Amino acid sequence: MIEMTPSAALVVLVAVLVGTGVYLILERSLSRVIVGVALISNGINVLMLIAGGRAGGPPLIGDTATEDMSDPLPQAMVLTAIVITLGMTAFLLAMAYRSWQLNGHDEVQDDLEDRRIARRAARDELSARATDDVGSTLAEDAAATRDETAVLGSEHASRGHHAPALAADDEEAR
Amino acid sequence: MTWLVALPVVLPLIGAGFALALARHPKVQVIVSVTTLTVVLAVTVVLLVHVNDGPVVLDVGSWAAPVGIALVGDRLAALLLVVSVAVTLGVLLYSLAQGIADGDEGAPVAIYHPTFLVLSAGVSNAFLAGDLFNLYVGFEILLVSSFVLITLSGTRERIRAGTIYVVVSLVSSIVFLTAIALVYAAVGTVNLAQLAIRLPEIAPGTQTVLQLMLLVAFGIKAAIFPLSAWLPDSYPTAPAPVTAVFAGLLTKVGVYAVIRTQVLLFPGGQLDELLKWAALATMVVGILGAVAQEDIKRLLSFTLVSHIGFMIWGIATSSEAGLSAAIFYVTHHITVQTSLFLIAGLIERRGGTTSLVRLGSLAKAAPLLAVLYFVPAMNLAGIPPMTGFLGKAGLVQAAAAEGGGMSYALIAGGLVTSLLTLYAITKAWNMAFWQEAPQPLPETTTPRGMVLPAAGMVVLSLFLAVVAGPLYGYTDRAAADLRSRTPYITAVLPDFERGTGESSDVAQEGERREDAEDEPEDAPLPTATEEAS
Repeated sequence: MIEMTPSAALVVLVAVLVGTGVYLILERSLSRVIVGVALISNGINVLMLIAGGRAGGPPLIGDTATEDMSDPLPQAMVLTAIVITLGMTAFLLAMAYRSWQLNGHDEVQDDLEDRRIARRAARDELSARATDDVGSTLAEDAAATRDETAVLGSEHASRGHHAPALAADDEEAR
Repeated sequence: MTWLVALPVVLPLIGAGFALALARHPKVQVIVSVTTLTVVLAVTVVLLVHVNDGPVVLDVGSWAAPVGIALVGDRLAALLLVVSVAVTLGVLLYSLAQGIADGDEGAPVAIYHPTFLVLSAGVSNAFLAGDLFNLYVGFEILLVSSFVLITLSGTRERIRAGTIYVVVSLVSSIVFLTAIALVYAAVGTVNLAQLAIRLPEIAPGTQTVLQLMLLVAFGIKAAIFPLSAWLPDSYPTAPAPVTAVFAGLLTKVGVYAVIRTQVLLFPGGQLDELLKWAALATMVVGILGAVAQEDIKRLLSFTLVSHIGFMIWGIATSSEAGLSAAIFYVTHHITVQTSLFLIAGLIERRGGTTSLVRLGSLAKAAPLLAVLYFVPAMNLAGIPPMTGFLGKAGLVQAAAAEGGGMSYALIAGGLVTSLLTLYAITKAWNMAFWQEAPQPLPETTTPRGMVLPAAGMVVLSLFLAVVAGPLYGYTDRAAADLRSRTPYITAVLPDFERGTGESSDVAQEGERREDAEDEPEDAPLPTATEEAS
C-alpha cells in the first residue's frame, strides 16, 4: 500500500487555485468568471488527485508491483472532469462573446426582480419603508445601478415592446 | 434483461447523433426524435414492471460493480424515468406543433432536436447512475444541453438570464465535484452501494461535512431555499416548451439526488432538522414570491420553487410514509408543473403576452384553454380528489404520525402554502380569463397540435389521480426499499464486496499473477478502491 499522506505543496496549490477562483467568480465581468471557473476546476482536479494518494508507478499489471501502483480511478475521473470543464469553458466563452456583441460588455446583469425593486425605490415608492439606511442610499443605489432595461423603457413598457419580440424569439427558438 | 437499463441513456444519445447528422432535413429529424423518445418510453415502462422483482443492475463493460460503472434501476428510478420520458415526449410533440404552426425552418431548429434528446439522456443517466461520478456526468450532460436550450437563438434577454443560470449551475457542479473528491479521499470509493456500506464507518464529523456538501450541491439544482434565487429569473425567459421541460425535470433530478444520497448514504438523519427548516422556508418564501408576481410564467416559476419544499419536507420526515409521499409528490409535480407551463405558452400565444395586467377575456375567446388551465391549477393547489391533494395529505399524515413541534409547524406551513397557491393561481385565472381585456386580443388561434399535447399532459396528471391507489402502493414499496437499503446494496454488490460483472482481468488475476515473473507475493490485487481506503 502506498503512502497516503498528501503532500503539503499540493494542498497549498489547491487552496490557492480555489481561493483565487472564488475571488474571480465573484466579479461581475463574465470573462473573469470564466477564468475563475477554470482555476477552481483545476484546483478540484488536483484535489481529486490528492484523494487518490501519493503517486506510484503506472497501474499496469506486470509493469509495477501491486503495492507500488498509483490509484488509476481518480486519474480517470480527473480526465473526465477536464473534458467537461473544457466544454463548459467553451460554452461560457461563446456566451461572453455574445453578451459583448449584444451589450458592448460582458457583465453579469442584475435579475429583473432586483431591478424592479431598485427602480421602485428610485421612484420613492419604498422610501417610507426604507428606514434601515442612513440617508437616501437606497435611492442613490438604485440610481447608480446599471440598468439595461432603462434603455428599453420602464418595466411595463418594455414588456409591451417585448411581447412581439418575445413571441418572435419563441418562433425562432422552437 | 439487464441491458434494458442502458437503453434510456444510450438510445437518446444515438438519436441525438442521427438528429445532428440530419440537421438539413428537419422532417427526418422530427421522425428520429419522436421515434427515439417513444421507444425509450416503451423501454422504461417495461423496466417499471421489471424492477418489481428487485433492482436491475448493469455492470457497464462487464466490470464488476465497485470497480466499473454500474447502472442501477430500482423502483424509484424506474418510476421517475417513466414519468420524465413521458413528459419529455409530450413537450417534444408540443414544440413540434409550435414549429409547424410558425412554419419556419430556421437555423435554431437544427440544434433543438439533438439538444433535447441529449437532455433526456442526461436526465435518464442521472436517475440510473450507480455511482457518484456517473451521477455527476449525468448532471453535466443535462446541464450542458439545458444551457444551450435556455440561450436558444441568443437574444439579449436570454443571454442575460442564461448567464446567471450558467454561472449558478457551474458553481453547484463545482461543489458537487469537490464533494466527490472528498468522499473518495475519505472512503476510497464512489460506488453508491459501497459508499452505503463504508460511510458509516468513518468519523461522524467527516460524514456530516460530506453530507452537507452533497446537500448544497443538489440543493442548488433542486432550488431549495436559500439556494433558489436563480430559478425564477432564469426559467421564464426560455421558450415555453423549454421552460416546461426544465420545470418538470431539472429540479426533480436535484430532488432525486437528494433522496438518493440522504437516504442511501446517510441513513442516520443527522440533517433532518435542517432539511425541515429548509423545506418550511422553501414552501413559504417561494409562494410569497408567487403572490407578488404579475406575470404568469414568473408566477409559475415561484410556485415551482415553493412546491419543491413539499418534497424536501417528505424526505426530512424520517419515516417510510414521508418518503413515499415525497416520491408521490415528485411524480405529481412533474406532470402538473409541466402542463401548467405548456398552457402558459398557449396563453402567451393566444393573448400575445404573459403579463396578467395585459391579459383578459380569454375565457370567452378560448374556453378550452380556460379548462386546460383550471384543472392543473387546482391540482397544484391541492383540491381533492386530485393528486396534489393526495400527495399533500400523505405528507400531512406522515408528519402528524411523526409528531413534534417542527412537524406541526411544517403542517401549518404546508397548509398556508396550499392556500396561498390557490390564491396566486386563482388570481392568475381571474386576471387572464375573466377580467375585461385592457386591449383587444390579437386575432390568433392556438394550433390544435399544440393544444393536444398540453391536453394530453393534463389528462396524464388526472390519470395519476385515477391510479393513485396502486401508485401509492408502488411508492410505498419504493420508500421501503430505500429505507431498508439492503435491496439496493445487495443488487449491486451481492456479497457486499463485488458485483456480478465478469471483469475477467480482475477475476482471473490470481492465475495471471502466478504467470507474471516479477511479482513475488501472492497477495490479492488491490482494486482501485481498496487501495485508497
